[in-house]
Amino acid sequence: MRKSAILAGLVLAMPFAASAQSVTPTQVMAATCAGCHGSELTGAGGVPSLRGQQKDYLERTLNDFKSGQRPATVMNRLAKGYSPEQIAELAQYLAGLK
Amino acid sequence: MGRIDRRGFLKLAGATTLAGAVGAPYVARAQAAPKVVIVGGGFGGASAAKALRRWAPSIQVTLVEAKRSFVTCPYSNLVLAGWRTMEQITFGYDGLAKAGVTMAHDTATAIDAAGKTVSLAGGQSLAYDRLIVSPGIDIKWGAISGYDEAAAQKMPHAWLPGEQTVLLRKQLEAMPDGGVVMMAIPANPFRCPPGPYERISMIAAYLKQAKPKSKLIALDAKDAFSKKPLFEDGWKKLYGDMVEWVALSKDGQVSKVDPAAMTLETQLGTVHKAAVANVICPHYAGRIARDGGLADGSGWCPIDARTFESKLIKDIHVIGDATIAAPAPKSGFVANSMGKVAAAAAIDMLAGREPSAKTWVNTCYSHIAKDYAISVAGVFSADANGAVVEIKDSGGVSPREAADEFRRQEAIYADSWYDSITKDTWA
Repeated sequence: MRKSAILAGLVLAMPFAASAQSVTPTQVMAATCAGCHGSELTGAGGVPSLRGQQKDYLERTLNDFKSGQRPATVMNRLAKGYSPEQIAELAQYLAGLK
Repeated sequence: MGRIDRRGFLKLAGATTLAGAVGAPYVARAQAAPKVVIVGGGFGGASAAKALRRWAPSIQVTLVEAKRSFVTCPYSNLVLAGWRTMEQITFGYDGLAKAGVTMAHDTATAIDAAGKTVSLAGGQSLAYDRLIVSPGIDIKWGAISGYDEAAAQKMPHAWLPGEQTVLLRKQLEAMPDGGVVMMAIPANPFRCPPGPYERISMIAAYLKQAKPKSKLIALDAKDAFSKKPLFEDGWKKLYGDMVEWVALSKDGQVSKVDPAAMTLETQLGTVHKAAVANVICPHYAGRIARDGGLADGSGWCPIDARTFESKLIKDIHVIGDATIAAPAPKSGFVANSMGKVAAAAAIDMLAGREPSAKTWVNTCYSHIAKDYAISVAGVFSADANGAVVEIKDSGGVSPREAADEFRRQEAIYADSWYDSITKDTWA
């Protein structure tokens, strides 16, 4: 009881800078995918889920969209806006979502 | 205390705390749970509110929005076609409350940037550490001579969706077959660049089915517009002579309207008589941004695109249609993206950290017919001066040479897109 009160006091006094992590550019990139793929990136209607996929598959698919090797309606145009490094980071991040 | 900015003050306060001064808990508590106030509950403001709660749950987020529910501009043209109901494009704020956002259903009347408070019509004053203003647009009454609020009841703009959308739909339903629908379209910049041309398509779709002897003439204050070849191909293929688009160079700019006579007069004096007139009058940033000193002489708000902080007043971000963000279009999707970038920046700035550059997207669909849609996409970032830049070779519009199946596929994706972007913003 006493211990938890002290802990609560510590959390309250913890400066915002220490408690709030920076949102990474990759997190923001993934968050803007939500506009079509859904808030949780689980897909919507005809738009596929980005969750539960392997990193290699996601990275290859995005790079194939970028090169035009894999046809799509809108994803070719969007993938061209990302560098190979951004695609790798995005694939890593998406593959790590629970 | 002399001239010292807030960040410097917090550093000083921190140093004093370390030295063991009394009275520090208040500062510590303020740092532990900063206050962010957001004005405007559209695509930008609601997205920013949810992003802040998701990424930094210790922030106290208050969203100021007068309306109890929000009608989206996207898909409001489909209501004109008769394919959607108003209920289907209206969203409430329960999802935001559930996400831990404090809703203040009131009108923001003034911003005190020095005192860091926002006044509400109800008399309340909200203190903020950072303010995010997502004010949308206001119609610039009188920008077309004779076009005021009373005129809009006879010649709806329907560019702020809601009653205006319903009014225009009713007028189209009441119009006799063979009537002429006139549209006036503004010069750049304006909300939703492909919107007027989707509207031409949706009204034509309705006329073709219900009033096939009618005609639609669109008078435009420009010579070029978003997705032009794609729209023109679609109109020719689906609506033939029913649609006539008049460019600026062919005397397309409407300078005067007479709602009693139901006429539109162009710059060179040509008078067009209308059975139904849809006057998309020029507009500018929403009132709270203009009154709050966030807009420049153009009526729009200059921002630093790395953070969406105002270039005119510090500690205030401006997002959405009100911003000067070309080449990014004034779209709901862009406003939603800006809300996320601004939220990420606000978290870093509250923590006294330098925000990193972000990359974000736009995707917009326009219908030309029920199973025929086209899209525009773009990937954006900011340059070293804080201007919005579109990533080279990215984005663009749907291919001009495409099979019917491609257009049909985009119409299916458009529905998924609308579902996702509205849920992401409000659900």
